[in-house]
Amino acid sequence: MLRRSAAALSGIGRRVIDAVWRLGYASRFFALTLLSSGTSFRRIGLIIKEIYFTGVLSLIIILVSGLFVGMVLGLQGYETLQTYGSESALGVLVALSLVRELGPVVAALLFASRAGSAITAEIGLMKATEQLTAMEMMAIDPIARVVAPRFWAGVISMPLLAAMFSAMGVFGGYLVGVVLIGVDEGSFWSQMQSAVDVKHDVLNGVIKSFVFGIACTWIALLEGYDAPPTAEGVSGATTRTVVTSSLAVLALDFVLTALMFRGA
Amino acid sequence: MGRTTLDLWVGMFVAAGLVALLVLAFKVGNMSTFNMDDSYVLHADFDNIGGLKVRAPVKSSGVVVGRVTNISFDDKRYEATVSMSVDKRYQFPTDTSAAVLTSGLLGEQYIGLEAGADSAKLASGDKIKLTQSAVVLESLISQFLFSKASEGEKK
Repeated sequence: MLRRSAAALSGIGRRVIDAVWRLGYASRFFALTLLSSGTSFRRIGLIIKEIYFTGVLSLIIILVSGLFVGMVLGLQGYETLQTYGSESALGVLVALSLVRELGPVVAALLFASRAGSAITAEIGLMKATEQLTAMEMMAIDPIARVVAPRFWAGVISMPLLAAMFSAMGVFGGYLVGVVLIGVDEGSFWSQMQSAVDVKHDVLNGVIKSFVFGIACTWIALLEGYDAPPTAEGVSGATTRTVVTSSLAVLALDFVLTALMFRGA
Repeated sequence: MGRTTLDLWVGMFVAAGLVALLVLAFKVGNMSTFNMDDSYVLHADFDNIGGLKVRAPVKSSGVVVGRVTNISFDDKRYEATVSMSVDKRYQFPTDTSAAVLTSGLLGEQYIGLEAGADSAKLASGDKIKLTQSAVVLESLISQFLFSKASEGEKK
C-alpha cells in the first residue's frame, strides 16, 4: 500500500519535472529560432515558399469556413434579435463577433489542424529520415534553414488568413441577413460601421491572430523537431500539435480578451 | 532569383489578405467616417452619468460628432467628470449644453450636445458648464410612487 502510493507520488513528480524540462527546452528552441532567423530574411525565397504551403494552401478551407460561420451567425443572430425587434443590429452582431473573436480563433484552430499538423509531420519525417542530421554534417544549421522560414511564414500568414476569414464571414452574414432574409441593407452596414471601432476592434483582432500565429507555428515546429524519429513518434507528435495548439489558442484568447476588453 | 509561379500565388495571397484588412477597416469599421486624429477635447461635469461608458458616442442633433474618451470621479465636488474628443470639423458655442441621453427605451447611453447662441467657440480643454444628468429609471419610478402615495393621503 505504502509502496504503491509512493510510486504514484514519484510518478506525479516525474511528470511535473518532465513538463518543466520541456518548457525550458521549448523556450530555448523559440529563442534559437528568433536568433537564427537572419538567414531566412536574407533568403526571402525560403519564406515565400513556406507561405505558399502554410498560407495559400489553407485559403480554401479558411474562406469556405468563414463564409459558413458568417452565414450561421446571420441566421442565429436574426432569430434572437428578431424577438427584441432589433434585426437592424444584425450587422453589428455579425461583424463584432467575427472581428473580435471568431475570426482570429477559428482561423487559428483551422490553421493549427491544416498547416500546423503538416509542419510537424514534415519536420518529424525529416528528422526520422536523418535529413536534419545530414544538414548538420554539411555545416548547415537546420534551425536557420528549416525551422526559421516556416516560423516566419506562419506568423505572416496567420493575420492575413484571419482577416480573410472575418471579411468572408461578414459577407456570409450579409448574404443570409440582407439578401436571403431581407434585413434593411442600409441599417445593416451603417449600424455595423458605427459600432465597430478600427483601433479597438479590428486592430485588437489582428493582434490576437498575430499572437495565435506565433503560438501555433511554434508548437508545430517544436513538436516536429522534438518528435521521436519513428513512424509512431511522428504520428504522436502530429496529434499533440493539434491538441496543444488548439488548447493554447483558446487559453491565450481568454487572456488576450481579458486584457483588451475589460468591460470599458 | 528568377520569378516563379509560386511568387505569383504568394503575391496574390498577401494582396488578398491586405484587401481583407482594408475591407475590415473601411467597410466594416468606421475609419472613413470618423478620424480620431483631427479632434479636440471637451470636459463636462455631471451629477449622475447613469450607465454612460467610455467610447460612447457624442451626438449633436443626432449626428455623431465625437466619442467619450474618459470618465472619472471628482472627489472634491462629488461629481463625474466626462472627457470627450470631438471632431475638429464641428465647432460649438461656449454656452453649449451637454446631456446624458438614452437612444430608445433600453438603448445605449450617449452625450447629446445642444448648441447655444454665443458667438465665441469652445476651444480644446474647455469645460461645458450647462449639463443635465442621466435620467435614472428607478428614481423616476420612486418619484411617481411617492407622489401617488401622497395623493392617496390627502383623500
